[in-house]
Amino acid sequence: MSGIPHDHYEPKTNGEKWVHSRLPIIGLLYDTLMIPTPKNLNWWWIWGIVLAFCLALQIVTGIVLVMHYTPHVDMAFASVEHIMRDVNGGHMLRYLHMNGASLFFFAVYIHIFRGLFYGSYKAPREITWIIGMIIYLLMMATGFMGYVLPWGQMSFWGATVITGLFGAIPFIGETLQTWLLGGPAVDNYTLNRFFSLHYLLPFVIAGLVIVHIWAFHSTGNNNPTGVPVRTGSKEEAEKDTLPFWPYFVIKDLFALAVILAVFFAIVGFMPNYLGHPDNYIEANPLSTPAHIVPEWYFLPFYAILRAFTSDVWIVMISSWITGGIIDAKFFGVLAMFGAIAVMALTPWLDTSSVRSGRYRPMFKWWFALLLVDFVVLMWCGAMPAEPPYSTISLIGATYWFAYFLVILPLLGVIEKPLAQPATIEEDFKAHKSKHGGTKTVGTPAE
Amino acid sequence: MFRKVTLSALAALAVSAGAATAAGGEGHTHDVDFSFEGPFGAYDEMQLQRGLQIYTEVCSACHGLRYVPIRTLHDEGGPALPEDQVRAYASQNFEVFDEELDDFRPATPNDHFPMSNLENAPDLSLMAKARAGFHGPYGLGINQFFQGIGGPEYIVSLLTGYTGETREQAGVTFYENTAFPGGWIAMAPPLVGEDVEFADGHSNELHHEAEDVAAFLMWTAEPKMMARKQTGFVAVVFLVILASLLYLTNKRLWAPHKGKKKTA
Repeated sequence: MSGIPHDHYEPKTNGEKWVHSRLPIIGLLYDTLMIPTPKNLNWWWIWGIVLAFCLALQIVTGIVLVMHYTPHVDMAFASVEHIMRDVNGGHMLRYLHMNGASLFFFAVYIHIFRGLFYGSYKAPREITWIIGMIIYLLMMATGFMGYVLPWGQMSFWGATVITGLFGAIPFIGETLQTWLLGGPAVDNYTLNRFFSLHYLLPFVIAGLVIVHIWAFHSTGNNNPTGVPVRTGSKEEAEKDTLPFWPYFVIKDLFALAVILAVFFAIVGFMPNYLGHPDNYIEANPLSTPAHIVPEWYFLPFYAILRAFTSDVWIVMISSWITGGIIDAKFFGVLAMFGAIAVMALTPWLDTSSVRSGRYRPMFKWWFALLLVDFVVLMWCGAMPAEPPYSTISLIGATYWFAYFLVILPLLGVIEKPLAQPATIEEDFKAHKSKHGGTKTVGTPAE
Repeated sequence: MFRKVTLSALAALAVSAGAATAAGGEGHTHDVDFSFEGPFGAYDEMQLQRGLQIYTEVCSACHGLRYVPIRTLHDEGGPALPEDQVRAYASQNFEVFDEELDDFRPATPNDHFPMSNLENAPDLSLMAKARAGFHGPYGLGINQFFQGIGGPEYIVSLLTGYTGETREQAGVTFYENTAFPGGWIAMAPPLVGEDVEFADGHSNELHHEAEDVAAFLMWTAEPKMMARKQTGFVAVVFLVILASLLYLTNKRLWAPHKGKKKTA
């Protein structure tokens, strides 16, 4: 599969040959598992396996939860309580599923920012990146619809607010909103279609994950130096890489075990910490909660959505130019989706010839600021939409767009990158002489 | 304890910050040391039984526990009443409407507790998880991380937070309460102290009663807490061992490539 030269699967026994000549599935699995992987991958590269685990965890726990859940407005809330009280191990399944969503998003954010720092989005990995962004969007849709299913107060009012965003789209908004909800307001028909889609989308995600892996197995993994694996000969490639099994499988499993230890501590000892108390009150269309707050993983984009109020000059100008078609509400919606769209467009916005942020002295600082910006926006999203939070959100949202639309294109032109190592092997050796205590050989030139 | 001091300072900060931002003013919740807090905390059976008594004799006049099956009073990690007592408790205290009989009959352990009798009295099954006693500071969730979300503490603070002031508004009497958001609550003080007599002679002062009933409501909201903590603990221990073994495996696996063991 990979463009990196390596040994391919050869069926040895008669049985293997029999299968291989009919369906080369063992070869496919072998080549996938034995793919040459850059030796120098650091610990930021373990989150892919965590994400794969999360998807499996959510699907497995979800399928069992569905066996006991009732998707009806009069019974959904009670059926979740039935799961929590009467189903064997139901409380654990439910808390695993609930907190599993948080682990999933935590991992995906690290995975995305790792890609943004090490330039994993750059040629030739644009398709991997775009598919990743589609997976992320589907995750958001799935997470949002899943949160509606327990039919608590936040489920109901979150659904009302978020679907209301689509209503802000000019001309088609109202029709679109009705189509999404299945009727004029959030009700039983909404719950039913969200339930159906919440079950469907994870399998779509699973399919896209396979394509995502296929794509980067075709180009080869990126690595912390951004320098490509040498592909001149098999011997050369082997100096830069090690097979995925066992080297990276064991490394990733170790990291996964550490992360799961923390995860199970949260599930076991504080499972409701990341949730909202209001969701333990059954949905009531007649009583609006004081603060409607989405789940933590939506907060940065929720802050961007709310940042553009009607007194912001750019909103006023757009409204004036378009004769009021783009009002503050629609501008907010555009900004929120735009914030994700600019991320997806990074491969074409970043003009630098250097892939890894490690060798980009100016980029490093702007990137660090982007991380801070993300956290600050997350915090603002949880706070009420009033000064000073609205002002901070606006500054944060502006930086988010400035980073992708102005800073990234400009940096490629004005920045003077540092020297990159010639090969991955060189980087690997330099790294190990820095950390390895007993090393004796190791001049880069051998 | 040092942590306690720091936390109460943080809590004070959070409360003042909360009061500054919210229009009506957030209520004040004070911390209570419950036996079920922390990774190893467990429910106190006797306390849950006292709480059940308070619920039955006082709260149940208006409030229901519709999600709680009466049989769970027998469960381990709960009040753990003997089965015959649960049966007697159900039939003596509650009547349920039986659709097959088309009439009321005494409740059995398989029935749930009844729903609220008053329309504006909220169901209490999940109350201890549906309220956050602690916030902040500055929306960062740090207090909730260390102190817990504060549902049972909120219940204690509410039950002990009446100042004695009342006011009439549109024909309804409101009672001033330092814990209730907005400061005025429609519920008359349900407990005043010495409302119930405990068989074991335990103190029935107001704050003891409030803590007992809050602990009971934490159990109704989270009946599987002990099993959950147990599972969590076993999982963490198992994963730490697994991680250690994988760490050693990984180290050994990579050693030849990292030049730790010189072979050539």
